[in-house]
Amino acid sequence: MAATPLIRIEHLTKRFGGFTAVEQVSLDIMEGEFFALLGPSGCGKTTLLRMLAGLELPSEGRILIDGQDMSSVPPNRRPVNMVFQSYAVFPHMSVKANVAYGLKIAGVPEPERTDRVMEALALVRLEGMADRKPDQLSGGQRQRVALARALIKRPRVLLLDEPLSALDAKLRETMRFELTRIQETVGVTFVMVTHDQDEALAMASRCALMNRGALQQVATPSDLYEYPNNRFVADFIGSVNLFEGRLVVDEPDHAVIASDQLGARIFVDHGVTGATDATVWAGLRPEKVEMAHLNGAAPPARVGVPEGHNLVRGTIRRGAYLGSETVYDVALESGAEMRVLRSNVTRYVDREFAEGDAVWLSWAPRSPAVLLS
Amino acid sequence: MEQEWRQAKRPFAAIIGPPGFWLALFFLVPLAIVWAYSFGRTLGLTDIAITGTLDNYARVMDPVYLDIFVKSLGVAALTTLLCLIIGFPVALAITFAPPRAKAWLLMLVMLPFWTNLLVRTYALMAVLRNEGYVNTVLGWGWDGLRAMGLSLSAFQPLPLLHNNFAVVLGLVYVNLPFLILPLYAALDRLDRSMIEASLDLGAGHLRTMREIVVPLALPGILSGLLITFVPALGAYLTPDLLGGPDSQMIANVIERQFKRANDWPFGAALSFMLMYLTFIAIAGQAIVARRRRARAGA
Amino acid sequence: MRRREPVAPLDYFRRWPIRLWLAATMVFLYAPLLCLIAFSFNESRRNIVWTGFTLDWYGRVFQNGSLLEAFGNSLTIAAVSTLVSVVLGALVAVGLWRFRFPFKPAFEGVMALPIVIPEICMGVAMLVFFSRVIPWPGGMPWPANLGAIIIAHISFSFPFVAVIVRARLASFNRELEEAARDLGAGEFRIFMDILVPHMRPALIAGALLAFTLSLDDFVITFFTAGPDTVTFPVKVYSMVRFSVTPEVNAASTLLVLLTILLTTIGLRLQGGPVASTQGNH
Repeated sequence: MAATPLIRIEHLTKRFGGFTAVEQVSLDIMEGEFFALLGPSGCGKTTLLRMLAGLELPSEGRILIDGQDMSSVPPNRRPVNMVFQSYAVFPHMSVKANVAYGLKIAGVPEPERTDRVMEALALVRLEGMADRKPDQLSGGQRQRVALARALIKRPRVLLLDEPLSALDAKLRETMRFELTRIQETVGVTFVMVTHDQDEALAMASRCALMNRGALQQVATPSDLYEYPNNRFVADFIGSVNLFEGRLVVDEPDHAVIASDQLGARIFVDHGVTGATDATVWAGLRPEKVEMAHLNGAAPPARVGVPEGHNLVRGTIRRGAYLGSETVYDVALESGAEMRVLRSNVTRYVDREFAEGDAVWLSWAPRSPAVLLS
Repeated sequence: MEQEWRQAKRPFAAIIGPPGFWLALFFLVPLAIVWAYSFGRTLGLTDIAITGTLDNYARVMDPVYLDIFVKSLGVAALTTLLCLIIGFPVALAITFAPPRAKAWLLMLVMLPFWTNLLVRTYALMAVLRNEGYVNTVLGWGWDGLRAMGLSLSAFQPLPLLHNNFAVVLGLVYVNLPFLILPLYAALDRLDRSMIEASLDLGAGHLRTMREIVVPLALPGILSGLLITFVPALGAYLTPDLLGGPDSQMIANVIERQFKRANDWPFGAALSFMLMYLTFIAIAGQAIVARRRRARAGA
Repeated sequence: MRRREPVAPLDYFRRWPIRLWLAATMVFLYAPLLCLIAFSFNESRRNIVWTGFTLDWYGRVFQNGSLLEAFGNSLTIAAVSTLVSVVLGALVAVGLWRFRFPFKPAFEGVMALPIVIPEICMGVAMLVFFSRVIPWPGGMPWPANLGAIIIAHISFSFPFVAVIVRARLASFNRELEEAARDLGAGEFRIFMDILVPHMRPALIAGALLAFTLSLDDFVITFFTAGPDTVTFPVKVYSMVRFSVTPEVNAASTLLVLLTILLTTIGLRLQGGPVASTQGNH
């Protein structure tokens, strides 16, 4: 039995004039999740978040929180609090007054109020800053104030709008861990909007990827990466080599794709359940492609892979050294290009491959992702 | 970077010279003469001897004139308050209107501001007088009630014109755009996520206005209040045309000293008292604004 | 048919109490003016009950010699005052923007005085000045007889122009000036070729404001005007004191039309109504 979701979003649509920002989104979010809404800018993720907060109202569809319809509940009565992208820390109030604001509105009496403020400040590690004014704080500290201010209300859901986008790279790293730690400490459900896939993959327990207002895929970070639903997902998360082809064999335990673009047949170890002859796409992650020098003979076929499948020849066009790894662009005989990633397990000076080298590229039958759209 | 004037004496003289000269001769000199007159007394019909007397200022303290000062301050304050009450929701609506509507609304607010003050005051007279539009419409309604059989006496027009009510109404009418525009500017600068954060944290709209919007927009609101208060305090035309015998404001008294009573030294003293009051209002606003800025630490 | 979009929390503009308030305020601001315009076309002299359409009152305005003369005076004064105010205002703005000099804050403060002091104070100052210090010779030929009024108008207009132009200069990239100097341009050339084009929108806005201020002014003119130098507002004032007549309505309507025309031209020249909001103090 699946538990009842904390948040249930049903056929949610939001239009601004003639523009549809969010289209027919249905989604369940469970209690205690760290959920990420991911997508390129303008994909509707922020609008979706603002609808959860009650700052925008849906054109169609509804939002249930704890089974209750929120459609006509104004933002100040929702069990939801938000950390704004700009933090929206009130500049005319001290840190303490900012954090206490929600409790003051709710009429929480004095000794308890101060206790909870101190507790919240301790949670975000701002104990000594209670009497400071926001303009005496750094960007990261202001964000912590916003976080404490939202969490002190003990919301059912905490909404975070691009929480790391305004921080510099180093601080972003720290805040990532901080946010995860705080979420684990308080156990509140977090819903975060981000355009940064690394952020989503590193922090979220589950992600929803959106594009042009529509949901593309909802999955755990690893599933999103390893089992993308379609070309958009495969391409947005990480980098991928995409080859168009025709499904020629589709059995329960294996399938074969003939790709003129690649100039080879692709063998996968699972069925695709698409009609044979259908156009499909094979997605190959650069780190899942193996590269070997072309010394005359082809490398031996892999176990379970028919002769001549999952194997192409090419020439290294260029290599880009990135420190921990090197990215090679290999020109295939078909004219297409394949990106290949190699970890620099030894010092780069001892490099194995150079530009201009002729190479074999091969991959395991379980590596390609077969995409129907 | 600004240039030191000594490094370019000739361009400096050419640029600052003419306006500086104009301001000195045609503004400061006249003001200085009035100031000097305020310490003088009339000799005969036309001559004024500057004797250094403070009699004119002493006369300002006379209850008759003091009353007028107090009344002028009260009328200006009431006008400003009414403009704020009327103008705030209007400015709020303009701030959150879609771009096209916003441009039109701003236009609509500004157009009366560009329209001749006398024309606007005259338009208001036509509305308010005994035979004016308001009284005529009320009279029709009254006659209608009488025709329906209610035993009522003949319609007595409401005294809407030539009284204090008309003066305040007229000042509000004339000055409202002065307040709406700065109020709009202040609200428009406000970061909307501040309002959203307050709503999100459980505050209602009125509470958000009181705790977040008004404090954050306060510098703009204060300068708007000042822009309304100062002209209202020194208003001449509105009390003159719309007011009754007891609606005199400072400016009307000053005018009388210069044009009819021919007591220029006393008029000069009154003028400078009015000017000092204006300066006090400006300084007050500046001090409050600076203190707030200091407290915010920005 | 699409459902109406729900009113979001910050859609204050779409909330009905606020809309009602907005509409009521607009009625308050415009109803008197619209009545004034409408009854300028009314046949009845009583100005209250609509009896029929007529243009007679406009005919009377155009036959009323003294009113026409006052109107001509007003336009002349406004034109000359605008011209001089724009030049002086631009000079002040450039000077304050460009130079550092002793007592600069004091100079700026004095420059702001004509904007902030009550009109009546300036009016009496002008009255005193032109009756005692430099008595404007009477009986001079038109338009020289308007000199005193023009001078007074310039004194209160040009600081407004200075404020607008200075705000515009704040956005000037000083490297342009340095580049011109580097290319061999002299002071005057730089001023005319680089600075003036940059100031153009502000000069237009300032001119519009100066023109309106001059055309609008009653109090200061009232104290400076003599019996043979009556301006339009002063004339209307004396008419209004006697009675409310459709003739005054017609004359006022003409002035309102002129205002709308000027504002429209000004906004066109500047591009968009929003741009001009910065023009108000």
